[in-house]
Amino acid sequence: MAIDVDLMLPSPEPVALLDPDGRPTAGDDDALPPADDLLRGLAGMVTARRFNEQSSVLVRQGRLAVYPSSYGQEACQVAAAQVLGDEDWLFPTYRDTAAAVARGVDPVEVLGLLKGDWHSGYDPYERRVAPLATPLATQLPHAVGVAHAARLRGESTVVLAMCGDGATSEGDFHEALNFAAVFRAPVVFFVQNNQYAISVPLARQSAAPSLAHKGVGYGVPGELVDGNDLAALLHVLSGAVARARAGAGPQLVEGRTYRMQAHTNADDATRYRSDAEVAAWAAKDPLLRLDAYLRAAGVLDDSRAAAHADDAERLARHTRDGLNVDVVPDPEDLFRHVYSRPTPQLVEQLALVKDELSRDEPGRDETSQEETR
Amino acid sequence: MTSTAVEHETLSTAQAINRALRDALAEDPTVLVLGEDVGALGGVFRVTDGLTAEFGEDRCFDTPLAEAGIAGFAVGLAMNGMRPVIEMQFDAFAYPAFEQVVSHIAKMRNRTRGRVELPLVIRVPYAGGVGGVEHHSDSSEAYYAHTPGLHVVAPSNPADAYLLLREAIASPDPVVFLEPKKLYWAKGEVAFRAGAEPGIGRAVVRRPGTDATLIAYGPSVPVALEAADAAARDGRSLQVVDVRSIVPFDDATVCAAVESTGRAVVVAEASGFASVASEIAARVSERCFHSLAAPVRRVTGFDIPYPPPKLEHLQLPSVDRILDAVDDLQWEDA
Repeated sequence: MAIDVDLMLPSPEPVALLDPDGRPTAGDDDALPPADDLLRGLAGMVTARRFNEQSSVLVRQGRLAVYPSSYGQEACQVAAAQVLGDEDWLFPTYRDTAAAVARGVDPVEVLGLLKGDWHSGYDPYERRVAPLATPLATQLPHAVGVAHAARLRGESTVVLAMCGDGATSEGDFHEALNFAAVFRAPVVFFVQNNQYAISVPLARQSAAPSLAHKGVGYGVPGELVDGNDLAALLHVLSGAVARARAGAGPQLVEGRTYRMQAHTNADDATRYRSDAEVAAWAAKDPLLRLDAYLRAAGVLDDSRAAAHADDAERLARHTRDGLNVDVVPDPEDLFRHVYSRPTPQLVEQLALVKDELSRDEPGRDETSQEETR
Repeated sequence: MTSTAVEHETLSTAQAINRALRDALAEDPTVLVLGEDVGALGGVFRVTDGLTAEFGEDRCFDTPLAEAGIAGFAVGLAMNGMRPVIEMQFDAFAYPAFEQVVSHIAKMRNRTRGRVELPLVIRVPYAGGVGGVEHHSDSSEAYYAHTPGLHVVAPSNPADAYLLLREAIASPDPVVFLEPKKLYWAKGEVAFRAGAEPGIGRAVVRRPGTDATLIAYGPSVPVALEAADAAARDGRSLQVVDVRSIVPFDDATVCAAVESTGRAVVVAEASGFASVASEIAARVSERCFHSLAAPVRRVTGFDIPYPPPKLEHLQLPSVDRILDAVDDLQWEDA
């Protein structure tokens, strides 16, 4: 079988449909996704940004232990969710909370991991969103397995698996792309290249011409796209999803974007990057450019924009209210879910904890006693 | 499962495992067998022989040569309705998969509060005594046993290999299934019975005895039984307990056995420091202290990297080392 390697390589420059000022790069609207999709995307980004801002505030208030913000990456976050159907799966990382929210997971539950009540706050099957992955790239082979299982049953499910630029250096990234290609699994690997892995710049991660070029070594077509251009992201990602669904196998998409804030609240980004660099990326903000385009196209007006802001505020309030509720974690949960049935050793250890608690806080033992299986 | 008459057959351990895989594949369409060389070749130990031919490429198939990929891929398969049985070709070749096993396979149920369960089996040909070159003879059970969320079992005979593997595949929890390479060709009677007594979580007294208890698992059980035969010729009655299930550990059976004799020697191939043998010795000492006439002894591999084939006999617990340890159990104070 002759392989046309050129078809597998990404374009030299990122695919962009809107320039930073919101003007169509092709000069007209023909190449752009339908206006309704763009309007929906903009509403999603307004909500995602408000969610990022709210979450960062909740860290300062001590309500979240930590928050890795996707501020500035909202186009990637929203597009990842928007191109999927209900039957599809999303595999997010710890920085992709806004994508999980955009897919309809309750933001309070999404933040469960970062709040510290439990490791994963939501039911992954409810909206088909895998648990937020904290170790890098390890969720990517899971995504391939989910996709392959669906394919074995003849289902049309596509899996979109997210990771960052740093994660492309991990072995699991390599193994996942290789497995997906060999099994022709319907997976779209979406790399948000936000230029830094905590403090380490892209140049220290990879000497490849682009991260999208990494696909060719596995037989996976790569595409490079402006990660701050929602129109381009919807165009490229929905194309990749459609091809995967049709049986063409996996695709690798690199969205070139920028992490506008520090890695987390515990990080100091001024130690490794300049204000000028940050300012240059601020000028490429994904919300401003789509807002400008939609206004110029007569699709967006002030009242519609106000409605978007209201929706975002509602979600922020819901998030705030939910996070302000003090959940008292049940110590019995520590032992309840290790196995389908606790081992005799865990039963003994739970009894020790309950005994300790009953001495510390009289009365508490009776309530948890009823739940003992 | 039907209540047909119990069927028996004499099989090697490798054949018994093959039969367990075959029966599981036939009964449950969600069971998948995958790994390196498990397809056309039938595995380097022929454990998966004929499965691809019988069930097709979708049910038993080769993967790329990447253990982390295999384990991670199996996580996704299990998340999405399948019951994958993955083969790690050799104990020491399973280490690239360690992060997937420890951080994901073991933890998925817990981190999702039971919403995502991973019914998968990791088959590992393990331990030595077969003249394998470097990286082919590790006893890696302690790594897995130390990780909460995994079940860890090691059969010592063909009948248990069949029983435990069927149970492991049916389990809603991930199971590390350690196959003693040395016993692959050992034959025994295998019963294919419905509604058999569960094996996971249950130790078994393999041989009755009154003077001391040998506690062993996997490849060390036949050695312990041999030692008990030799001791009997010298007039000493040794009981042999087969742990079978390292996690969950059957404290009740093991302690009852030790309390009945008052003396215990733990036998295992793995290096002894911070090992499963150490854990068993500690548990027995804590729980049976008042019944013990002597400190619990361990006969294990030395704390050295696994030796080359020409020296491995010195590493493996031998009948002589077991009998020496038994002799040291303060018999004069009994």
